[in-house]
Amino acid sequence: MRTFKMGGIHPKENKLSAGKKAEIALIPTQAIIPLGHYLGAPSTALVAKGDLVKVGQMIGQASGFVSANVHSSVSGKVLKIDDYIDASGYKRPAVFIDVDGDEWLETIDRTNEIKRECMLSAAEIIKKIISAGIVGLGGATFPTHIKLLIPDGKKANVLVINGIECEPYLTCDHQLMLEKGEEILVGVSILMKAINVTRAIVGVENNKKDAISNLQKLAKSFSGIEIAPLQIKYPQGSEKQLVEATTGRQIPSGSLPLEVGAVVQNVATAYAVYEAVQKNKPLFERIITITGKSMMQQSNFWVRLGTPLANVVNQAGGIPDDTGKIVAGGPMMGRSLSTLEVAVAKGTAGVLFIPTFESARKKMQNCIRCAKCVTNCPMGLEPYLLMKQSENTMWTEMEINRVMDCIECGCCSFTCPSNRPLLDHIRFGKMTVGKIIRSRKNP
Amino acid sequence: MNKLIISPSPHVHSGDTISKNMRGVLTALMPAYLVGLYFFGLGALIVSLTAVLSCVLFEYLIQRYLFKEPITINDGSAALTGLLLAFNLPSNIPIWMIIIGALVSIGIGKMSFGGLGNNPLNPALVGRVFLLISFPVAMTSWPRPIPLNMNYTDAVTAATPLAALKGQFVEIPKTMDLFLGNMGGSIGEISALALLLGLAFLLIKKIITWHIPISILITVFVFTGILNLVNPELFFKPPMFHLLTGGLMLGSIFMATDYATSPMTTRGMLVYGVGIGIITVVIRIFGVYPEGVSFAILIMNAFTPLINNYIKPKRFGEAKK
Repeated sequence: MRTFKMGGIHPKENKLSAGKKAEIALIPTQAIIPLGHYLGAPSTALVAKGDLVKVGQMIGQASGFVSANVHSSVSGKVLKIDDYIDASGYKRPAVFIDVDGDEWLETIDRTNEIKRECMLSAAEIIKKIISAGIVGLGGATFPTHIKLLIPDGKKANVLVINGIECEPYLTCDHQLMLEKGEEILVGVSILMKAINVTRAIVGVENNKKDAISNLQKLAKSFSGIEIAPLQIKYPQGSEKQLVEATTGRQIPSGSLPLEVGAVVQNVATAYAVYEAVQKNKPLFERIITITGKSMMQQSNFWVRLGTPLANVVNQAGGIPDDTGKIVAGGPMMGRSLSTLEVAVAKGTAGVLFIPTFESARKKMQNCIRCAKCVTNCPMGLEPYLLMKQSENTMWTEMEINRVMDCIECGCCSFTCPSNRPLLDHIRFGKMTVGKIIRSRKNP
Repeated sequence: MNKLIISPSPHVHSGDTISKNMRGVLTALMPAYLVGLYFFGLGALIVSLTAVLSCVLFEYLIQRYLFKEPITINDGSAALTGLLLAFNLPSNIPIWMIIIGALVSIGIGKMSFGGLGNNPLNPALVGRVFLLISFPVAMTSWPRPIPLNMNYTDAVTAATPLAALKGQFVEIPKTMDLFLGNMGGSIGEISALALLLGLAFLLIKKIITWHIPISILITVFVFTGILNLVNPELFFKPPMFHLLTGGLMLGSIFMATDYATSPMTTRGMLVYGVGIGIITVVIRIFGVYPEGVSFAILIMNAFTPLINNYIKPKRFGEAKK
C-alpha cells in the first residue's frame, strides 16, 4: 500500500468517535462570527450594530488577496462588532449576532436532492467559490480560490484530495466521507473542471475502510476519480507528504504543489464547493468532533460557525472531570485552549479533552543522541541540531540546515525518549529565521 | 475542574524513555550473557556483578558528591556500561582491576564530559582499552571454556583463536563451535549466535537501525575476503573466521551502536560502519594487537562529530532538482 517515503510515526489512533453519525448542534442564542482568518487580512464588516441578518447573508467582505468572504450562520440582530480572542489565542475582529429564529436566504437550495450536473465554466465556478467564502478546511484555512487560479506558465495535471485525517482522535472528515460521499465526489469533479484536469486522486488512510469502500463504490459513476487507500502513517495529511504518497512526486523545498503539477484540496473543502456551486450555500457550517478518553459519549456534530464551543460540548455531555488539557484540533498539531468560550471557526476540526495524567509533559533529560528525531523527521531535517542552534540563537546556521522546510508536525517531540521540547525551539527559530528572510527581501 | 495546562503541540508522546531503551539493550544482551555464564561459570558471574555494581556506584557517588545533581542511576545506562565492560573482560581478571576499569569507564569515559549523552567515546571501551594497555597480561589470558566452571582466578588459560593471526600456535575450534561460542575469549564475545539473537531483538524493538552493525560486518567480510583471494598464503584466514572470532559481533552490535557516540544520520552511520570495519581488519592483519575492534570503534567515535557535521540526511524534495 502506498505511503510517503521519509520518516513519519504511528501514534495511537484513538479514533473513539469513528462512525458516530453527525448530530445537529443546537443553534446558539448568540453567535460570534470571526472576521479574521488564520492567514491573511481580516475581512471588512458589511453590517453594523442593529442590522438584521439572515442565514447565509454575507457580513464580511474579503480584503486583499489572501482573504475570504464571511457569511452569517444564523438569523437575528447584529449586537456589536468587536475584537475577540479566538481559538488561535489572538485578538481578531468578530461580528456578534443575537439569534432570532432561523430564517435562511431564499437563494439557498435546502433540499436533500443531489445535483450532479454542473454546466458552469471554470471562471464561473471560481467566482462562486470566492463569493461563498470557501477556505481550506483541513486546518490552515487558506482561501481555496487562490489554489485554483493557476498562474500563467504553470499547468496542473492532477487534483489531490485529502481524506487522510492522520491526526489521532479526529473523525470529522471520516464521518463526512461516510455521510456525504456522493456530494464530495461531485465537488471533486467541479474542482477538476475549475483547474482543467482529467484526473483526481482521493487519498484515504486505511483505518477508514468503510469510507474507502463507500467512495470506491460511488466513484464508479464519476470519470477520472481514483480512490487511493494509503498506509496509516502520520503526517500523511500534510500537503507535501500526501502528494508524494498519492502521485510519487516530491515537491521541491520552498515550492507549492503546483510545481509538480498538483493541486491539493481537503474532502471537507470539496463538500463545501459542492454546496456553494450546486446549492448556492455559502460556507457557514461544518462537522466537528468532540472527543476524549474520559468523555461519556464520543460525538461528531454539524455546527453553525460562530457557535461557542462550550455550547457544543454541553450538548455532548459536558467537560469530563479529569480534564487536564483542552485541545482545539488534533493532539499532534492542535492548540491548547484556556477556555471553551471560543467560537467554532472555519478551521475548527474538533475539541479533544485530554485527562490530567496525560496532559503534562514529562521532565526533560539530556539528549542521548539516539537519532530517533532524525530518522522520524518526514522532511529529512535534524531536529536535535536545530533545537541546539535555536537555543544558541544561531539563526544563519538554522537557515542553512533548512529550518524553513519544517512543517511543524511534531514527530520529533513525539518520539524523543528524553522528552525534549524539540518543536518548541524549532518553531521559535523558524519564526526568527522567517523574519530575517523577509527583511532581506524588502529591507 | 482542575487547572488547565496550556502548551504548544504536540500534546501526545510516544511514551518512549531513556530507561526503556537501556532496558531493551540489557535484555538483548541476556542471551550472550547466559552463554558467557555457561562457559565461564563462577568467574563470569563475579566479574559481571563487580563491573555492574561498581559502575552504578561510581555514577551515584559522582552525581551525589561531585556534581550535586539529581541521581540518574535508575535510567539503567550505568548498569549497561558495567555489563558491556564485563563482556569485554576475561572471566579470571582480578576484582581490583575491574573496579579500576569501572572507575575509568564511568569517571573519565562518561561523567567527566557531563554524563549521559555528552560523552564522545564509548565509556565501556574507554575502560577496556585502559585496562588492556595497563594490564596486558591479565587482559589477554583467557580461561578455557569449561561448562559451568566453578574456578575463578586459577582457571586454565588459553589464547583466543585470533592469536593465530599473529603466528601463535592455537588450536582453532570448528566453525560451529565458533558460532555457538565454545572458544576462549572475553565473557560476552564468544557466541555469535547469542549476539545475533540480541541484534534481532534490538531491530524488532526499533532500539537501533541495521545500518551500523550490518555495514561493519559486510565491510569486514568483503575486506578480508579480498585479501584472502589476493594472497591466500599470507592472509590465510577466510572471511567467516574473522566474522566469528574476537569481539567483532559484540562490538558491531552493542558497542558501535552506542547512541551518544555514533552518527545521527543513516548515511553517516554507513560511513562510520565502513570505517570501523576497515580499521578493524587493518589492525587485526597488519597491527601489533591480534584484536582491533575496540580501537576501531574508539577511533570512529572520535570522527562522529565530524561525520555529523558533514554528512546531512537526505532532505525532502532534494532528489529531483
